[in-house]
Formats: sequence, C-alpha cells, structure tokens
Amino acid sequence: MHLTEQETAWLAGDAGPAIRRAMEIVVALGKIYGAERLIPVASVQISGVSYRNIGASGLDFLRRWAEEDARVRIPTTLNPTAMDMAAWRAQGFDPAFAAKQQEVVEVFARMGVGGGRPIPTCTPYLIGNVPAPGEHIAWAESSAVSYANSVLGARTNREGGPGAIAAALTGRTGAYGLHLDAARRATLRVEVTAPLHSIPDFSALGAIVGRAASKRVPYFEGLPLARGDDLWQEKLKALGAAMAATGAVALYHVAGVTPEAATPAILAPEHETCVVDDLTPGYALLNDATASVDLVWIGCPHASPAEIALAAEAVRGHRLRAPLWITCARPIKDAAAAQGLAAEIEAAGGRIIADACMAIAPVKDLGFQCVATPSAKGAFYLRNLAGVAAHFGTLEQCIAAALTGEW
Amino acid sequence: MLKLTGRIIKAGQAEGKALVSPAPISFLGGVDGQTGIVTERGHPLEGKCVAHRVLVFPTGKGSTVGSYVLYQLAANGLAPAAILNAESEPIVAVGAIIAEIPMVDQLPFNAIHTGDRIRVNGATVQVWPSK
Repeated sequence: MHLTEQETAWLAGDAGPAIRRAMEIVVALGKIYGAERLIPVASVQISGVSYRNIGASGLDFLRRWAEEDARVRIPTTLNPTAMDMAAWRAQGFDPAFAAKQQEVVEVFARMGVGGGRPIPTCTPYLIGNVPAPGEHIAWAESSAVSYANSVLGARTNREGGPGAIAAALTGRTGAYGLHLDAARRATLRVEVTAPLHSIPDFSALGAIVGRAASKRVPYFEGLPLARGDDLWQEKLKALGAAMAATGAVALYHVAGVTPEAATPAILAPEHETCVVDDLTPGYALLNDATASVDLVWIGCPHASPAEIALAAEAVRGHRLRAPLWITCARPIKDAAAAQGLAAEIEAAGGRIIADACMAIAPVKDLGFQCVATPSAKGAFYLRNLAGVAAHFGTLEQCIAAALTGEW
Repeated sequence: MLKLTGRIIKAGQAEGKALVSPAPISFLGGVDGQTGIVTERGHPLEGKCVAHRVLVFPTGKGSTVGSYVLYQLAANGLAPAAILNAESEPIVAVGAIIAEIPMVDQLPFNAIHTGDRIRVNGATVQVWPSK
C-alpha cells in the first residue's frame, strides 16, 4: 500500500501512540480490503457507544486511547447510547449502569467527538452532519451509512466501532469498496409492484429486499415515491435501515429519486432481477408468537420531527395501556417539546426519549419481555441483540397494541 | 525448521507453542475474556486456553465487539502470544492491534500443528515441528 510521508511517520509513532494505533487500524483494514492508498475523509460517525454492548473491556480501551491524547481531527458524531442521558432514572435504569454509560460518552467528549459535546444519535444527518454528494466519509452505523451513500450520494463503507474512531483520529480511510466507482454499481434490479403507502411499508419492503440482496447494491424501479414527496426522506431512511439489518446493504439506488440512479451504466449489465408484489412476507418475517406487548417503540432509526408529529396525531385523545417510547436526537426532542408535541404524547402516556436506542439497551432489565415497533430494523435487533420478543407492524397496529397491551 | 512468510497485520515479535483451530473463531461469546478458555459449544478448541499460545486459525467470525474481548484478554495477561490467520478479517485484526498482539496472515496454516514451537518476527514465521 502506498502511504504518504506523513502517514508513514504517524505509523512509526512520530505523532504519539494514539495516532500510531489509529494508523495501524486504518492500514490493516486497507490491507484486508485491498486498498492501494488512503484517502482523506470529511466526517466520521462512531458506533459502539452502548455500555451494554462494549462492556468493561470496551470502556477500558476507549479510556486508555483518550488518555494517550487521542483527539479527532475532523467533524465526528456519535451513535446512540442505551439510555436518555438526562432522563435515565425515569426510564428505570440502574444507577451503576448509568454511571458506566455516562463515562463512555465522557470519554468520547474528551476525544473531541461532537466538538466536545456529543449528541448521541443514529441520524446525524438530521442534526447537521450532512455530507455533500461525492464526499468521502467514514461512517459506522449501518442505517446512517445507507442513508449517506444512497440518499445523499456521499461515499462510505460500513465502518466498525474502532475503525471509525481510527478514521476520526487520522482523518483517513482506505480507498476501497464503496469509495470507488466499481462497487457502487447495482447488481440487483428490484421491480416493485406492491402498493406502498406508509413509512412502515417501506421498512417491510426493506426487510424483504435486504434478505434477497445480502451484500449486493439494489436498484429500485417502480417505487411510488418522488423526491420532495411528503415523508420521502423518512421512507428512504426506513427502507435503507431495514435492508442494512436483514441484509448487509450499504448502498441502493432508486430510479428518479436518489442522486446516483441516473449515472450511466449504474445498473450493471450482469444484474439479477427480483419482483416484490406483496409486503406481507416483510411484515411476517419479524413477529414472535407472544401476544402481550409491554412496550411500543417508535424511532428506529431515530425519529424525525415529522415522525414525532405522526405519532402525536395517532395517540391524541387516547390513554395508552402499554408505554410508548419514541427515540430521537436531543435537539429533535427539544423541538418537539417546544411545539407542544411532547406534551400531547405524554398526556396519552407516552414519552420522548433522547439519545437512546432500545435495540442496544438492557431491555429485559427494564422489565420488558415483548416490544412492538413499526420498524423492521428495530424488530430485527430487539430479537437478535436485545434478546426479547418483538412485533413489527404498521403505526396503526403498534398504537393499537399500546392501547390494549395486546398484539 | 520451516520458514513461512505472510503479511503483517500487527507488527511484532513473539514466541510460543501453536494452538491450531481448523474452524474460525468468534471472540465475543466464543472465548472467555476472564479465563482465556474457548467456550463455544462444539468448537474444535472448546475447553482449551488461548493464553500465551500462538493461536492459528483460518479467520475470525462473529460480532465486532469481539475486538474488545482480545483487549480484555491482554489486560488480564491472558492474550495469545501471536495470532496467525489464513485470511484476516476486521474483528480479529482490530482486536490484535488494540491488544498489541503480533498478527500475520496469508499463511499456509495447514503447515502448522498444535504443539509446534513458533517464532514470529514481522512477516516471518518460523516453525519447529513437535514431531
């Protein structure tokens, strides 16, 4: 691999142990994936923030890296934590766990993440980290990777936790995979004839296509969606997140909608075609037999202002039996409070939770055995990561479950 | 003595006895970070301890949090002396780097057997067969 003089010096430890370690990681990942050189990246999204996931050893390592004077070199944002950093007591978190979770965020703050005041979210593009088309970035968090590549036209691979931190410390990543034109061509053409209406419908479509696509790049035709339509970004956010969960899709194109769909020869001649004429299998894929619902969770990926407004409208005037938690970035929670939406949701018995993600939270320790959500990605990780039963359905089905406590 | 040359993933020197797994290893859920013992049910190395051994396996698998298990092993003084892979992947590679475990890949690892004495120096791997 070709390295510049500065990169070689960093690798040799000339800029200290923190940068040396970061360069070792960036170079090793580049080697593994066949990069011939490194490229500068404009921003980073870091994953591996939940203390439930990284544990004591992950925190120890992050602490040591920060003590070695690890400082991010480029704008860097942070994935969700397990809990609302301000309202964790009301959520029912154990103070010992909360202290560890707070320390994880403090370590990232010390590294300069979020300018020293990180705002944990999986939707950094909703709070100002918006990459430009064609810009090289190094993001972790599969749903944000998918959104940045597909909807914004930026270029990133699916980074892992330490790999993303290494990119933030060096401002570089290997020139491989989705940074190069070749890997951005679609090899799976998806013809959609099923009717799609709501955001969860796009999530169900994503659940189906993610399974079929695995690591391939899908090219959608016939999607009933135009740029600028009501909720078009939320629908694509849901579609991409689901495909990144049931498959490993990091980039997709939508004819007439996404920026690279019109690139000549973006659909590789050797592509396969699949037809989706029914969303039922997508909804059926992620449902357990458990009838009673302990929690309804909206906000996977983190809710936008429009999604919070939709939820508020759905619960207006109702009294919920099961708790409804809506997760989002803190500035979006603050805006919802200012608009009076938070009060409406609370009046029904719901709650807006900032910073957090239920899929990486100790859901069972909080007393929940079965969670309903209008997100295929949410249901997928509730079952596979949080280890609880889940139901995936439309917003109407989820609100009905909150009203009755039954699915 | 057999001399092999691979590709450096984490540069370093190490010596130890080989522990060879014909199957991939997942560190998260597969190896106990407090004891160094392989806990994955039915794994060829189940019950064996990876501490201070030159751990030889085809490639990594499993969750990315596995990188931190390697760090935990090192913090507990139970890290493998070195890691040799046929083809490395990011989880074990990142784990070896943050745990400061010398690691080499692109090796014909069927040339190495459990119990062989191994010396790793950069990209060079010397093997003294036990029999």
